[in-house]
Amino acid sequence: MSSLSAARLRRSIALHLFLTPLALIWLFPLWMMVVFSTMPDNGIFSPGIELLPHGNFIDNFNNLQHDTDFVGAIGISVSVAVTYTFLSVLLTSMAGWALARYQFFGKGAVVAIILGTITLPYAVVLIPQFIMVARDFKLANTWVALIVPPLFNSLGVLFMRQSFSMMPDDLFDAARVEGVKEWRIFLFVALPLARPMLAALAIILFLASWNNYLWPLLINSQPGSMTAPVALGTLIGLTKVSWGGIMAGAVMLTVPMLIVFVLLQRHFIAGIAAGAIK
Amino acid sequence: MRNRNATAYRFLTPYLLIFAVFWVWPIISSFLISFQATRTVPWRFAPAFNWGRLIGDPAFFNALKNTLLILVIQVPVMIALAMVMAVLLNSPLLKARGLYRFAFFAPVVVGEVAYSAVFRLMFNLNFGIINKLLNSVGLPSIDWFSNVTPAMALIMIAVTWRWAGYNAIILLAGMQSIPEDVYEAATLDRVSKLKQFFFITLPLLKPVIVFCLVLSIIGTMQLFTEPFLITERGGPGGGTETLGLLLYRQGFRSLNFGYASAVAYTMAGLAIAITLVQLWLTREKQ
Repeated sequence: MSSLSAARLRRSIALHLFLTPLALIWLFPLWMMVVFSTMPDNGIFSPGIELLPHGNFIDNFNNLQHDTDFVGAIGISVSVAVTYTFLSVLLTSMAGWALARYQFFGKGAVVAIILGTITLPYAVVLIPQFIMVARDFKLANTWVALIVPPLFNSLGVLFMRQSFSMMPDDLFDAARVEGVKEWRIFLFVALPLARPMLAALAIILFLASWNNYLWPLLINSQPGSMTAPVALGTLIGLTKVSWGGIMAGAVMLTVPMLIVFVLLQRHFIAGIAAGAIK
Repeated sequence: MRNRNATAYRFLTPYLLIFAVFWVWPIISSFLISFQATRTVPWRFAPAFNWGRLIGDPAFFNALKNTLLILVIQVPVMIALAMVMAVLLNSPLLKARGLYRFAFFAPVVVGEVAYSAVFRLMFNLNFGIINKLLNSVGLPSIDWFSNVTPAMALIMIAVTWRWAGYNAIILLAGMQSIPEDVYEAATLDRVSKLKQFFFITLPLLKPVIVFCLVLSIIGTMQLFTEPFLITERGGPGGGTETLGLLLYRQGFRSLNFGYASAVAYTMAGLAIAITLVQLWLTREKQ
């Protein structure tokens, strides 16, 4: 018995000796983001090796705000992400509910098409979406442009379909016998039961909107209408720009999400893993 | 389950409406636009205009070559690394599991712009921490941004850092859905852990691995932000130019929607072809 546990101990030590350096390498860019955000520019561009935070974050933030209206951009990003998440969760769970709980004409085709879009590059719809929203609807540089086109998502619907179809029939049949309308069953019976899945979905959708770059870059390019990642992106590559400021912005975009990730890790992982598990 | 056409479609309508307007129509529309000369108004139908240009355009073949090169190297390396992460995170011998999970999964929440900025600073020629660390162990600095090979390597490193943990989450969830008793039976029969991995885990995980591969290939196929921001618009001299970047340049800098649509459909064709090959290679033998 003791030789077995000695072998286990050796295996355990080997595992940690391999995994710890890998984990440190993986954390390194995030750590350096924080370090850079607290260093003055002449510190970032100096020959010494600096691995610990300094005290310059506020100055860096002020430099960033001087280069671009980052606070305003954060405001747009938060408002858009919150609205988008609410609407998208609603639309996605309604569609998922229909696909999970009713038999109807064309159901197979709808599921097949949704599955098919997973393998279709977004690039194929990008140009007509842009022409339509900017030229035909004249909605460039508005919140609507940021919120509405990304509302279609395929993995979310499949996730909600899965969640609703795992619920026992009796729950809903009991309500139907009482004569409760279908939309009330959905709103007041099904949705409350699906709360953990809705939380997972909401987190993933919020994150997707918060980090979305290409579409907002194209459609909301006017300074007063940019989201925070787009505003930050315009500074990268400029010659006279505060890199400490850019890093302060990167920290403001990243650290709140990391905190949410730590607090809601279970939901987060469930949301990402959902795509793959039948 | 009940047959209720009207009720079902009432629930589906908002979603399908968004789908029709922002996906179905654009899919058709960009196909049509790819056959039009869009550099002058009004646009006119000219079937060979963009596609003819595409097959003779060195910039297109450069972008195609770079994209496929990144695809062929980065995706397998990343999936293998994600597999290693998932297997080790799943080990019952692991202590402080939460800390390791945080380390590998944290990049999943980091936006493209934020991490592109950090990578640019870290890999800076004279002041970047990576070159400083290389120097401190006696190695020479690498000019990550002015030479094509290191620039491509940098793009691949950045994308791998950002997405390996994402794939590890999916693979880990797949592993945890394999019933425990399969492994218990194998252990009783004295099958080594390594053999258990190759003869139990890997075959049972095949659909999940294919899913990861397909998502990663489609993602990498459209790679845009990293060569846009990290290597400064596909530099040096087009060395990291990708199809995504070419599409952006043609569509939204030159406002040549026809040519950009042809590039987009090339990407779609490639993605579909690769996905079909994947599915065929990993098909269940009846």
